[in-house]
Amino acid sequence: MAQLISGLFHQAFGNEWLARCNDQSAFDVAAGRMVMTTDGYVVSPLFFPGGNIGSLAVHGTINDVAMSGARPLYLSASFIIEEGFRLSDLKAVADSMGTAARGAGVYIIAGDTKVVERGKADGLFISTTGIGLVAGGLDLSADKARVGDRVLLSGSLGDHGVAIMSKRQNAAFQTEIVSDSAALHNLVAVMVAAGGGGIRVMRDPTRGGLAAALNEIAHQSDLGFHLQESTIPVKPAVAATCELLGLDPIHVANEGKLVAIVAPDSADGVLAAMKAHPLGSDAADIGEAVADDQKFVQMGTDFGGRRIVDWLWGEQLPRIC
Amino acid sequence: MKYSDEFRDKTIAQRLARAIDAEVSSQRAYRFMEFCGGHTHAISRYGLEDLLPANVRMIHGPGCPVCVLPASRIDMAIRLVDRPEVTLCVYGDLMRAPGSQGRSLLRAKALGADIRMVYSTLDAIRLAEQSPGRQTVFFAIGFETTTPPTAVMIRIAENMRLKGLSVFCNHVLTPSAMHSILEDPKIRNTGGGPIDGFIGPAHVSTIIGTQAYEPLAEQFEKPIVIAGFEPLDVMQAILMLVRQVNQDRYEVENQYSRAVTREGNRRAKNWMSQVFELREQFEWRGLGFVPNSGLKLNRAYERFDAETRFALHDMPVADNPACECYAILRGAKRPVECKLFGTVCTPQTPVGACMVSSEGACAAYWTYGRVRDEHLRQTS
Repeated sequence: MAQLISGLFHQAFGNEWLARCNDQSAFDVAAGRMVMTTDGYVVSPLFFPGGNIGSLAVHGTINDVAMSGARPLYLSASFIIEEGFRLSDLKAVADSMGTAARGAGVYIIAGDTKVVERGKADGLFISTTGIGLVAGGLDLSADKARVGDRVLLSGSLGDHGVAIMSKRQNAAFQTEIVSDSAALHNLVAVMVAAGGGGIRVMRDPTRGGLAAALNEIAHQSDLGFHLQESTIPVKPAVAATCELLGLDPIHVANEGKLVAIVAPDSADGVLAAMKAHPLGSDAADIGEAVADDQKFVQMGTDFGGRRIVDWLWGEQLPRIC
Repeated sequence: MKYSDEFRDKTIAQRLARAIDAEVSSQRAYRFMEFCGGHTHAISRYGLEDLLPANVRMIHGPGCPVCVLPASRIDMAIRLVDRPEVTLCVYGDLMRAPGSQGRSLLRAKALGADIRMVYSTLDAIRLAEQSPGRQTVFFAIGFETTTPPTAVMIRIAENMRLKGLSVFCNHVLTPSAMHSILEDPKIRNTGGGPIDGFIGPAHVSTIIGTQAYEPLAEQFEKPIVIAGFEPLDVMQAILMLVRQVNQDRYEVENQYSRAVTREGNRRAKNWMSQVFELREQFEWRGLGFVPNSGLKLNRAYERFDAETRFALHDMPVADNPACECYAILRGAKRPVECKLFGTVCTPQTPVGACMVSSEGACAAYWTYGRVRDEHLRQTS
């Protein structure tokens, strides 16, 4: 069984490091600044429109590396597999990880599998760790936003969360929406080329959505944000689904979007570079950083009023009425 | 979104805002309670208060069924799911509602209880069908809007002979709660009191009709305007209320005429009366025990009543004595005037009804009102 699994992964990820069958992989890197990140993936359902837990585990960790402005190089992957999990499903997950990694030009060079008793895991959990190399001079960090900076969003909100919800037990519904799961490092590269040191912070608004990402930055940089609702792209099908379920797209998860806080004089150039890239064609300037002791994220509504865009407390639950 | 965006139009909103501005008298304040959480949500979500004159204030009422459910009822549900044979079906935002001693259904689920989040009563029927060996209990909650579907579910369970299905009934009635708020002496005896009129519920009124509010308007001499949940509906209802106040009228008016009639939905009302009967009293978090404000299954359907089937008894839990929900829900105090607000009582750790769901008065103030107050402070 162990051999079967390891054969399956080797075939799916196929690269020179895994082929050597060591307990570790050695590689050379250029001198410079490195970043490292790790993330666990426990998504349910495992397969959803636009991807599965495997592609998500590759894209998600690549994106966490990329948000530092780095070029992702290598990933490791650890699998917790529940006894009785179908081998065909595991193969499908591994294959899509291989495809996602190859598509991104990143190698999965280390891995581990553990099988646990039935009932001890929800089918399959994956943890991935990634490392990358930052281009010279870049130092992005969530405490670096400054008053007057622009807020740039790379595309429409909520696609991933709605795609996942459409397949959940008890709430299954038909939708054309597919997850936006994608590796963002190439988009980041063109942004860095256009904006360089003008880019202060980047975040991928995953769990908790754009609202959580901006509130985190507001707290770390000790300022507030003013957004304009009319500038924030949301697909009509996502808006309609959220309306029906009593959810707010600004709190819904994304897996292929980023928000960047950019110095005002670099913002136009960075935005133009984003729009010219396929993953940023719907990019928009959605607001600015403002001085605010209370660190509120506020939004001018389409209706003409203002609202607070708060953190989400726990999971966003559908409202009764 | 067709049929929604039309009711969120900025230009019409500005026109209505100008009309309200022209109509209000600068000599007085206007304090209107929107009873329903749905209206509170629309007001916060669209930043509607920014479009109103400074002397028009909205007071967020108790019309969020999750908020007003007392801790003792959550405790009962938790005792119910302690039984290994029980699967409990609940609507989403009920999961976080606080029981006593920091308990909640979310926590009970984490500790292993079989609790399923459902989107309709049909999900509960399906679940009961699929698990004949288990006891499937539907946690019925809500005002008159969600009550007819519960009645229909019970009728279906009867026809299908689904012996494993029962209902933990927590349905409550809107007019009784409005009555309870209005009959408070502090509100009646202060020359018009802290509430000058009501925005009446949208969905509830599609069922019970506008006539259900007529005795209230008459008895307490307060105008009531039934309004839809879209922001333009709310703006128009405020204009109608201002006009009534200025003209010393206290009528029930129907802004939501595209969905609400005077009589309401006769069939739905019929179903309700076939299955439910009034409880003598029911406890509301924040309002206390309100006479004739809750429903339970009548004798003919008692066998579907989870309280009977599992011999569940209500063990009242005292509200935190420092909690000011009672005054806040009546418009007599503002959230910031409560000692617990923002200290021990936050959206993450709600104590009182007003903080439980995002539609509660304190939660709405937490997520929105603080900025508005700050803005008013800076501009005054």
